[in-house]
Amino acid sequence: MFTIREYAMPETLDEAYTILKSRKGNQILGGCAWLRLGKKRINIAVDLTKCGLDYIREGDEQIEIGAMTSYRSVETSDILKQYFNGVVADSVSSIIGTQFRNTVTVGGSVYGRFGFSDFLTPLLTLDTSVVLYKKGSIPLETFMMMPYEKEIIEKIVIKKDGRQSSYQMFRNSRGDFPILNLAASRTKEGQWIVTVGARGPKAVRAEQTAAFLSEKLPQNAATGETVEAVIKEAGEILVSEVTFTSNMRASAEYRSILSKVLLGKAVREVMAC
Amino acid sequence: MRYVSQPVKKLDGMPIIKGKPLYTNDLAPNECLIVLALRSPYAYARIKSIDTSKAMLVKGVECVLTYKDVPHVRFTNAGQTYPECSAYDRLILDEYVRYVGDEVALVAASNEKAAQQALKMIKVEYEVLEPVLDYKKAADNPVIVHNYDDYFMHIPSFNADNKRNIVVDGLEEHGDVDKEFAESEVIAEGEYEVQAQEQCMMESFRTYTYLDHMNRLVVVSSTQVPFHVRRSLARALQIPQSRIRVVKPRIGGGFGAKQTIVSEYYPAIVTLKTGKAAKMIYSRKETFSCSNSRHQMCIKVRVGADKEGNIHVIEMDTLSNQGAYGEHGTTTIGLAGHKAIPLYNQARAHRFKYRGVYTNMMPAAAFRGYGATQGQFALESTVNKLAHMLNMDPLLLREKNMLRMGEIMPAYYNEPLNSSALDRCIQRGRDMIGWDEKYPCKEISPTKVRAVGMSISMQGSGISNVDTAGAEIKLNDDGFYTLKIGATDMGTGCDTSMTQIAAETLLADLDQFIVAGVDTDISPFDPGSYASSTTYVTGMAVYNAACDLKNKIITAGAKMMYPDRFLDETDKVNPKKFYFDGSRVMEVSTGKTIALHDIAVHCAGTSDGNYLNGTGFYSSPVSPPPLMAGFVEIELDKETGKFDIVDYVGVVDCGTIINSNIVRGQTEGGICQGIGLAMYEDVQYDAKGRMMTDSFMQYKIPNRVDVKKIRVEFESSYEPTGPYGAKSIGEIVINTPGPAIAEAVYNACGVRVTSLPITPEKVKMGMLKNELEKQK
Amino acid sequence: MLVHIFINGEKRKVHCQPDAMLLEVLRDAGCKSVKCGCDTTNCGLCTVWLDGKPVLSCSVPAARVNERQVTTLEGIQDEAEAFGKYLVGEGAEQCGFCSPGLIMNVVAMKKELDHPTDDEIRHYLEGNLCRCTGYMGQMRAIRQYVDEEVEA
Repeated sequence: MFTIREYAMPETLDEAYTILKSRKGNQILGGCAWLRLGKKRINIAVDLTKCGLDYIREGDEQIEIGAMTSYRSVETSDILKQYFNGVVADSVSSIIGTQFRNTVTVGGSVYGRFGFSDFLTPLLTLDTSVVLYKKGSIPLETFMMMPYEKEIIEKIVIKKDGRQSSYQMFRNSRGDFPILNLAASRTKEGQWIVTVGARGPKAVRAEQTAAFLSEKLPQNAATGETVEAVIKEAGEILVSEVTFTSNMRASAEYRSILSKVLLGKAVREVMAC
Repeated sequence: MRYVSQPVKKLDGMPIIKGKPLYTNDLAPNECLIVLALRSPYAYARIKSIDTSKAMLVKGVECVLTYKDVPHVRFTNAGQTYPECSAYDRLILDEYVRYVGDEVALVAASNEKAAQQALKMIKVEYEVLEPVLDYKKAADNPVIVHNYDDYFMHIPSFNADNKRNIVVDGLEEHGDVDKEFAESEVIAEGEYEVQAQEQCMMESFRTYTYLDHMNRLVVVSSTQVPFHVRRSLARALQIPQSRIRVVKPRIGGGFGAKQTIVSEYYPAIVTLKTGKAAKMIYSRKETFSCSNSRHQMCIKVRVGADKEGNIHVIEMDTLSNQGAYGEHGTTTIGLAGHKAIPLYNQARAHRFKYRGVYTNMMPAAAFRGYGATQGQFALESTVNKLAHMLNMDPLLLREKNMLRMGEIMPAYYNEPLNSSALDRCIQRGRDMIGWDEKYPCKEISPTKVRAVGMSISMQGSGISNVDTAGAEIKLNDDGFYTLKIGATDMGTGCDTSMTQIAAETLLADLDQFIVAGVDTDISPFDPGSYASSTTYVTGMAVYNAACDLKNKIITAGAKMMYPDRFLDETDKVNPKKFYFDGSRVMEVSTGKTIALHDIAVHCAGTSDGNYLNGTGFYSSPVSPPPLMAGFVEIELDKETGKFDIVDYVGVVDCGTIINSNIVRGQTEGGICQGIGLAMYEDVQYDAKGRMMTDSFMQYKIPNRVDVKKIRVEFESSYEPTGPYGAKSIGEIVINTPGPAIAEAVYNACGVRVTSLPITPEKVKMGMLKNELEKQK
Repeated sequence: MLVHIFINGEKRKVHCQPDAMLLEVLRDAGCKSVKCGCDTTNCGLCTVWLDGKPVLSCSVPAARVNERQVTTLEGIQDEAEAFGKYLVGEGAEQCGFCSPGLIMNVVAMKKELDHPTDDEIRHYLEGNLCRCTGYMGQMRAIRQYVDEEVEA
């Protein structure tokens, strides 16, 4: 059972940061979906609802998603549907239910950096940065490796660079965590980026697989047969460079088999863009 | 008929959808002490010492109880008719804890935070013992789960032996089994595992208790078995039953979970000790891991037949994982054979061997199907296997061998089958799914294939010679009726269906009735709603009560017309001379009438009146099986092994339908639960015996995207021993998906999965294994 | 702490702990229709509206909704009856424990989606679990409710 000694709702990020740093045991509140699952003893809980972070904005170069934006807003955003083949919006669209997605926030889930995250896996294949209040902009893949610390996520920023993307996930029951997920993007210059999630504690980049795809499929012109041959070989590279773990939901061996299937689907979808 | 077989809307439907406060925790008084349990972190341990002194000091705490504070009288928490078939192996709190989650101590405080705080302050020193966590190694294991001498079983023929960890042990045979196998031209066999399955009713276990002005213990609980609660509490608390009153409000589902007395003991003992109202609301986690589930079973089956597909002999060997306590252990296992083997009543011989064992895991108890589900998965899978071995359509194989009307069923307590439309169920289902065009499979694309599978099922209607029910219908002084039953509506709508029977029989309007809530002080005795007994047993009692009241009304009316003629109480009224049409009593020869309302007023308000109360009782020497055929069409992705249900068809023979909306809802809901058992649900433990699947996050019941299409229809037979020809519907509906889906998967990709749930991984790994074997 | 919440349009003074969630605060305030079905955000039974949007009240701190509008089934009785009559007609309310959360989400869905297909309906309501009905009766009732306006 978690406890909160005091509840604060500051109106600026500066105020929020000051409170956060003022005492040990002070914490930022995100969507609070999983607060009850833990036994945290929070001193002052800092609620960012009034800090104006609920937005999805498009600039000339980038898209910005504020930390207090709900998953539901991400899912239904016309802006996000327009770019990267709509993967950012799609990635959250099957998570549990509408009212759950109305409740949870981008900031809360980015901060969590969970390996199974549907949201993070495709973002890792785009030019995504996390903007922290004090530390400023940090590339997402760097942020994924950083330890938990006292900071405030203000927003995530995705560069509008014309990438084409695909997000594939595999679940048994629809309402469940994914057993495996995989995202692939290709830049206008023909560079591929591949990420595999729900494979272990953290989502990882499949660098060699991506390099191989960049070499063989920089454009859409290749024939169907060629694409299938490339996918087959890429799959072998994928399972040699990515490790999978076994857990209650699936064995490492099965995840490895699935990864090849999801890779194929992702590559075909990007090629069809 | 006016009401029977009609889609009558449930009487309490509107208040429920408007969110009226009708459930246990909506009614609990604000001043209730909150009761929480400290639970064992170990699968098996002895409490060496327990110090509650610091916990008692927490502000708001009213009492803290340990095993030293409870009566040392063993009881069973199984909701079963007395004398119970389950072992008396429980104490309210015990010196030994036998599974992770077992109660160690109770705290009662004025608010939840104080109770939580107090729990943390209880100091327990455990002697941690080696647990037995593998049910296949439990019998005669050096680790003994119930290692004491005051273990008690009413019924010795179950062959329980707690020192060997044996809950039940038996062997039943009919005909010459070994000879039949020796002469069989084809033998199909298999070994199957059905997992423990959680009931997952949306309302968890919860109870509140208080002492009334007469110092009686009032227990308001979300229970299926109020009378059994009263009896069990009386024994556990060592107070007379007459000092206990159990009230059942609206319940948010049960499915058998609440046929066991789970939360009631704890607030009850707190109320007795403190004199104050108390309540205990189980969390979802406690509901998953500290209560009860379906029995995990391992079942070996052999079926012997000739080349023409006549099944001559069936052998089943069942091992059941009872868990830490014995509730429902001796009885569920019986159904694995008794409600599977009779499906193939043409067989000349059968053998049913069974054993249930104790382990240090959460107890198994009652869940819809109650052993039949597991037995049928095993037997139906083997019969489907036999069909392939014979190169025979599985439908034809069933039609050849299945039970038929008028037959005696040696595997089913030698009872007769008095009603059956199973043949029509199979035919109708075959048409609805398009079996002939789709069997066995069709390639949709290079990676996708569609396939079909089917199975048949039976259950029972009540427990023959054991289940009883009483019913009363009172004519109120204003001419409306009060129906009193002890069967427990848990969303199943029996308050409505019982009223339909009463109204039909009394030729009344539905809105002339009120249905009294179930209250052990007032309601007629009824074991409660389980074993698919409510429509068949309680329904017949209601019918009998209505007939009784009708006669009394006619007599009263005749007496009013001719006060001098019927002077003696025993003077009988000739039923050909006087007639009741629902609103008046009429003398046939003269056309004279007296209105029901006038009769009611007269009987209540004059010296030659009478108490017009119809009483009825029913118990049956038979338990007529409802019957069902289930058909599924799946689409399987060969790359991943994942499959989706394209269509599920269920056709049921439940005898005469009492309420067509209710039976449809029961069937659709039961099929969905069966799909969960077949595809998604899985109780899993870690190496130390801690349940890992203790939330909806980890334990997945189907959501509405998982299950998109279920179609159900009914083929009615007429059961002469049931009210208006009815049988039952409550449990049979969960049984067909497991074996039907397993068969469809086999037809799709050649993998016969013999352990549930059928996960994509099992399918894919099976496909890869088959490919490897082909290459060799 | 003291929080002011508009519960079904009425401004209520709520005294609660800083860690109280909206679910328990609503039930304490008399809105017994709001049910708790799980501890992990999976079941949807606790669905209420926050400023008109369906949320999980088990996961919203009471303090977060200071000065905001919360709606429970008690506050939309007409809509509950308008949809609920179809549920009752289909026999699709069995135990009824999941009904308030479902009805809140269905009514919200009807306002948000225009002529939804069956798949869109299932997707919107995916987070509302039911163990009794197998979802079929609910879908029949929802279809009738959603189509009803079209005819008028």
